[in-house]
Amino acid sequence: MWGIALLVFREVLEAALIVTIVAAATRGVTRRGLFIASGIGLGVVGASVVAGLAGVIAGAVGGMGQEVFNASVLLAAVLMIGWHVIWMSTHARELSRHMQDVGSAVKAGSSSLAMLLAVVALAVLREGSEVVLFLYGMMAGGATGLVPGIAIGIAGGSAVGFALYFGLLRIPVRHFFSTTNWMLVLLASGLAANASRYLVQADLLPTLGGQLWNTSGILSDRSVVGQTLHILVGYDARPSGMMLLFYLTTLVLMVAGMKMVGRTPRKPKPDSSVGHVATPAAT
Amino acid sequence: MKHLLLGVLLFLPLAVQARDMPQYTLTIHNHRYQPTQLKVPAHTKFKLVVVNKDATPEEFESSDFNREKIVMPNAQITIYVGPLDAGHYKFFGDFHQNTAKGTLIVE
Repeated sequence: MWGIALLVFREVLEAALIVTIVAAATRGVTRRGLFIASGIGLGVVGASVVAGLAGVIAGAVGGMGQEVFNASVLLAAVLMIGWHVIWMSTHARELSRHMQDVGSAVKAGSSSLAMLLAVVALAVLREGSEVVLFLYGMMAGGATGLVPGIAIGIAGGSAVGFALYFGLLRIPVRHFFSTTNWMLVLLASGLAANASRYLVQADLLPTLGGQLWNTSGILSDRSVVGQTLHILVGYDARPSGMMLLFYLTTLVLMVAGMKMVGRTPRKPKPDSSVGHVATPAAT
Repeated sequence: MKHLLLGVLLFLPLAVQARDMPQYTLTIHNHRYQPTQLKVPAHTKFKLVVVNKDATPEEFESSDFNREKIVMPNAQITIYVGPLDAGHYKFFGDFHQNTAKGTLIVE
């Protein structure tokens, strides 16, 4: 049971941290809960489909289907987060101002919200498909304690997510969205680095230096803290040169995008999106 | 960014593919790796084939050399590893961590 709980916990933790950052980044947006719940729901369905097709995916692209699939999912998430972050850099000030102003409406870009829903779905799909395959194997092997193991794993992983969320809520409102934006940038940079790892593993990209450094003695990737930082800021104890290149490229491009878009003055547009009016965050 | 990534994805494979690499094989049987110790050359990229003879899926994983890939029942996978510095690198089966354990001895 504890073995099952631990594996489920690790996978749920990764997805939960991503969901948490997205939840914080969309604070104050109407129907945010519905969007996030739909993202998780779609992710769970997607995870089962991906697990069911695991044999087909594995055999695709000359046996490198898993790598190509994982890298594609990760890079898709990176692009969507990039879109949101750059969109937010034009609206962050406006959102923060309105949130302090009780009762006022905040307009949220529905396309950006849909992107983040997709990020949640992809995160759950990727981690979830591994859990499904693992549980399938456990069931086939006649393991016991499946249900309590799953329950403990999900509860534990979600608890870390909730703890992070309520921690983030303590950030003063005027710094809130710039903080969540930076978290999204670091998250995306880490996901991009992870994508490059799959492409190197499939020999579709060169390694550019096997291990730039080794900090596993200080903080192992396998520890809960190491794994949490792996998702939050892309921590890796032994990164390859290609991972660092992807990390830095994503970081620089997103920051440059934010600065460029953020500098352009924007005229307030008439409110045409009546369906996306937000109430102040219930905190 | 899309264009940059696309460019990287399209052109780099041409530069790195099509060369001979040493190849090694690990077999999973009863949720254990055979052999449990595998000697590989240092500073050399190599091809690693993992064959799963069990009826359940396994995930070949190593945080020491940063690889993970699911191996379906009665199937095999290929991954590329390294170049690595000399030393000992652990790997395991994520789905059966108590039994599926092994070490790469890089020298």
